[in-house]
Amino acid sequence: MASLIRCPHCGMRPKEEFSIRGDASPVRPKPEAKFAAWDDYLHSRDNVRGVMHEHWQHVGGCRRWLVVERDTFTHEVHSVVDAADYARARAVKPSKVKPKGKTATAAKGRAKS
Amino acid sequence: MSFSRFDTGGLIDRSERIGFSFDGKQLEGFAGDTLASALLANGVSLMGRSFKYHRPRGLLSGGASEPNALVTLGGGATREPNLRASMMALREGLKAESQNRWPSLGFDVGAVNSALSPFLGAGFYYKTFMWPAALWEKLYEPLIRRAAGLGRASHAPDVQEYEKRWAHCDVLVIGAGPAGLMAALTAARSGARVVLCDESFDFGGRLLKDRVEIGDADGPGFAAGVIAELAANPNVRLLASTTVFGTYDSGVYGAVERRDAAERGPAQRVWRIVAKRCVLAAGAEERPLVFGGNDRPGVMMASSMRGLLNAQAIRPGDHVAVFATGGSGHETARDLLKHGLAVTLVDARADVPAEELAASEGARLLTGYVVADAIGGKAVSAVDVVDRASGKRDKIKVDALAMSGGWNPVVGLACHRGDRPVWDEASGMFLPPAERDGLVAAGSAAGILDLAGCLSSGAAQGARAATDLGFKPRKVDAEAVREACGGSTGFQTLWHVAEARGKAFVDFQNDVTVSDLGLAVREGYGHVELAKRYTTTGMATDQGKLSNFNAIGILAENRGVSPDQVGTTTFRPFYTPVSIGALAGEHRGSHYRPVRRSPLHGWAEKHGAQFIEAGAWMRASHFPRGDETDWKQACDRETLAVRAGVGISDASTLGKIDLSGKDAAKFLDLIYTGKMSTLAVGKARYGLMLREDGLLMDDGTVSRLGESHYLITTTTAAAGEVMAHMEFCAQALWPELDVRLASVTDQWAQITVAGPLSRDVLGRVVADDLSETAVPFLAAREVTLHSGLKARLFRISFSGELAFELAVPARHGEAVADAIVEAGQPFGITPYGLEALNVLRTEKGFITHAEIDGRTTPGDLGLGKMVSARKDDFVGRVMLSREGLQRDDREQLVGLRPVNPAHGILAGGHLLEPDSVPAMANDQGHVTSACWSPHLKSTIALAMLKRGRERHGERLVVWDPLRGIETEVVVCAPVFVEAGRLGEVKIARDLDPVQLAAAVPPDLLAGLVCRVADRVALTQLSAAPVCLVAGPAARNAAIRKMARAGDGVARPVQPGHALAVGNSGEGSEDLVERLGADGAISLCDLSDARVRFQLAGPEAQEIIATQSGIDLSAELAKPGSSAPTLFGHVPVQLTRTGADAFEIMVFSTYAQDLAQSLSRSIRLSG
Repeated sequence: MASLIRCPHCGMRPKEEFSIRGDASPVRPKPEAKFAAWDDYLHSRDNVRGVMHEHWQHVGGCRRWLVVERDTFTHEVHSVVDAADYARARAVKPSKVKPKGKTATAAKGRAKS
Repeated sequence: MSFSRFDTGGLIDRSERIGFSFDGKQLEGFAGDTLASALLANGVSLMGRSFKYHRPRGLLSGGASEPNALVTLGGGATREPNLRASMMALREGLKAESQNRWPSLGFDVGAVNSALSPFLGAGFYYKTFMWPAALWEKLYEPLIRRAAGLGRASHAPDVQEYEKRWAHCDVLVIGAGPAGLMAALTAARSGARVVLCDESFDFGGRLLKDRVEIGDADGPGFAAGVIAELAANPNVRLLASTTVFGTYDSGVYGAVERRDAAERGPAQRVWRIVAKRCVLAAGAEERPLVFGGNDRPGVMMASSMRGLLNAQAIRPGDHVAVFATGGSGHETARDLLKHGLAVTLVDARADVPAEELAASEGARLLTGYVVADAIGGKAVSAVDVVDRASGKRDKIKVDALAMSGGWNPVVGLACHRGDRPVWDEASGMFLPPAERDGLVAAGSAAGILDLAGCLSSGAAQGARAATDLGFKPRKVDAEAVREACGGSTGFQTLWHVAEARGKAFVDFQNDVTVSDLGLAVREGYGHVELAKRYTTTGMATDQGKLSNFNAIGILAENRGVSPDQVGTTTFRPFYTPVSIGALAGEHRGSHYRPVRRSPLHGWAEKHGAQFIEAGAWMRASHFPRGDETDWKQACDRETLAVRAGVGISDASTLGKIDLSGKDAAKFLDLIYTGKMSTLAVGKARYGLMLREDGLLMDDGTVSRLGESHYLITTTTAAAGEVMAHMEFCAQALWPELDVRLASVTDQWAQITVAGPLSRDVLGRVVADDLSETAVPFLAAREVTLHSGLKARLFRISFSGELAFELAVPARHGEAVADAIVEAGQPFGITPYGLEALNVLRTEKGFITHAEIDGRTTPGDLGLGKMVSARKDDFVGRVMLSREGLQRDDREQLVGLRPVNPAHGILAGGHLLEPDSVPAMANDQGHVTSACWSPHLKSTIALAMLKRGRERHGERLVVWDPLRGIETEVVVCAPVFVEAGRLGEVKIARDLDPVQLAAAVPPDLLAGLVCRVADRVALTQLSAAPVCLVAGPAARNAAIRKMARAGDGVARPVQPGHALAVGNSGEGSEDLVERLGADGAISLCDLSDARVRFQLAGPEAQEIIATQSGIDLSAELAKPGSSAPTLFGHVPVQLTRTGADAFEIMVFSTYAQDLAQSLSRSIRLSG
């Protein structure tokens, strides 16, 4: 787990301010989707060693759901975006997980909010 | 001759005498002593008994790595074992005790273990006590535990106070020796924020212990000069007696500050330091030499003896032997000679560099010799030396022995992230791994052993760290350095002395010898991780700081490989032991987690309520009266009163969520199983929420207050989970929907008035018509009280009786509850608590989280009709249709009554058919809720039973093996009483309306410490309206502008959400009007849901750092800036209102708890 998370809205905060839900990559199927798709959405998860996207909520801050891209092995955080931006970006281009919204990365420094 | 003190010299202040005691004996030392040096000055060289063999032990390394001189301080509740006497500044009245000895340190019965030692080698316990296994727990382990060990912990609750605090900096420097001082100085001069930590109570490291010259100053003088400059720099924080114990990701470091000598404040403080760069200047540990009897009191590390001599004027005796493989031995010999002592210098090397020989000139020099054995009892009295060329053995009488086998850089903190140290064959040392996450080593931690090199390495790394961060460090000119042996610091590796005859210790604290390691290799445990566990080397409280590298070297020799191939064990936090109390900080006892208090807490207290913890809340469980002696009597009375007349209870703890936005109705259809969009304005509806897997998450009501304005209630237990779930749905699943959510739980005091007479009572308080036609079942509307106060009235019932829930702004809660009680006096109104509430709902078969247990579906609970078949989509719809969730042999909700009404049933019992064997295969279900029904004069229960709905009337057995109860029961419908069966009650109808008393805002700071003169003050800000301005994120700028119209400061919560605060004395309607309406932006009154405190003064930022990890200088730099954050476990909105002043806005039900936490921090800072 990463010790510090740079919330795109609030800035750098300790992990104690956040809660973790888990893998953010599964997309909720359409209501009419096949049962297998729902089964997969709910139950199938990779046990990733390396970079993965996860849903975190900044419960001790802005209460926004975020998508944290982090390395489960090194704990390095590569990016943090708002979950709404992530979902919108994915709806446009389902294959590519490259959200357009405000991104906070260690390299870019603090995003103004 | 034993240890004593020279009459002159050293850094001690002989004018300041300090009295202390050791094992009950009164002794005296001076200011500048450690406990260890003061003991030596008093001739006490025997300081402890060893872990396994109970061998006499004295001071060895004299620093952080000290394995032997462990003592217990204090007694009773403050008793603290295993403290290193070498790290403890002497202070008046200090009471220390030695450990692991009985009856006394001098005569220890356990020392018989030493005589038995041939049988007690590595793995002895594993091998010997294997059989019979049954004896292990009762006989062997207690005996072994009593015989082996260190100090004993106190069994009394710890009365000391601890604190946790955050610190943010650009550069963290660990260690304030020559390298650390220069790193800190260089970085600080460039303008960087610097934190400098040192384990010792004074700064300087070896500069305080070695005779050196830097420019015009001696070591202590140079250190004092640097510290003075750093102390004067406001960007520098100096932390003495502070051990950095862990390196974590993202540049977070954990440190513990011991404040033994402090008269006030916490006993210990755990720091969480966030640093962009870190210079590890933790120095190096001198490597012990492994020869026979190397653990005897009087044998110590050469650098330690030298330090004690130079700093505390400790005289080791008349004749001292020095056994060395490098320069440190010659330096120690030099200093001993200078004090006029006789020195025999045994150097294992045949060729010694000329500079070293020059330094130790005057000593009796034996080159190419080794010390094979140190001889003596409770102190060393002689050494056996062996000429390696001839093998000739000689005995030399000595008073003490200094040893130096080279140096081990302190690399642990550089390896906590998983990297391993790197073996350097040329120098014979394990060096730190490459830089990771901005942490680099400098000075002797990086393997640079000469003073000049340490100073320049520290300066260079300090400058590099500053440069990386955009600062422009000036070059610090190197000053001329004069040090011992001309800076010759190399050494020859000698892992152990093969000529030894006696026990040669590798790990002193765990009593591991060379032969134990050899045995481990022979028995197949030669891998470093296996050898560690087999022999326990490195597993004591010192974690092998002195011993690990020797153990690796010896394993390498035994296996015939290089130390590189053996490798090291894994380095993990903690670097030194940290007490659990320090890690817990203030979060212990009743502050383990925050306590929420209902706005009606005071009201319930007034009526004699007994409270119980329910989740985060304190809730009234029952209201005992008169001669009632147990809760059940009160509960029965309260239950009967509600069904027969009228009762009043507190429903404020239910989760309340305000939902608005143009897609609110659509959103509700997606998260509830029912069709909520068809709900009429002014009406409420019961709803079920599923998880996506089709199982029930929570139940509650939805009330439509306006066209696109709803109020959602959740159960108390699931309020947090439901809020987070709804936010997830709104933000991550359906971000295209325009919905705004706000928790309004704290805004409203919600009062339930239940029972057939509830309308009559409420009619005296509420001005509106309350008739069945005006307020039918499930009405939800605004009403006005006789006193003019606006309120919300819900015709909702959780008791099955006629009932109303009246919600009023929280500040008026107590006054309104008082008015209702007054109005209810003629009707015998009875306050009822959680216990009666539970009986009332069980009698009606209403569900709670005992039934919504994560395994049940709506159908299981008889609520299948609440799942809409007309909707395309809602959370859980698809998965609910799974075959397994629709099977008709699932467990279904039923009622149970015992055949004998007096027999008990408890929740958790399992249902079996009569005469069937208790087994999983025969399990028919389980009891979820059970209580005594005073109406039926019988125990009743709710249960989940296979095909339960078909089985009403069947006899079963409730099998409760844990409590040894078997009860015969009859299955029935889960409804035990009918409402309104009590008939018409005659009452007086023409009673006067009741007016409200004025609301008195509670003084949350009453009785708390809120001020430390001129440094910090906590005050409660006067009531001002608070309003959440919420709209689409795209309108963020407009929303912040609106919020700013309140008092000039917008308090942003998230994109599209900001809090506005009005002026003191202004009403909330006035603020709403002033902010201005906008169709797309909603305003939610939170005036009663928030309390505002002000924290002001130069110390305010430090107090905030005890609560929150926010970096104030980065995230809240300017007055007027504001952000949500977490204080302890309590969410707040933090606003900087001035250079040293902050507004802390907190949820009102948490306000009392937060006030206590802040007050504690203020008190501890005083």
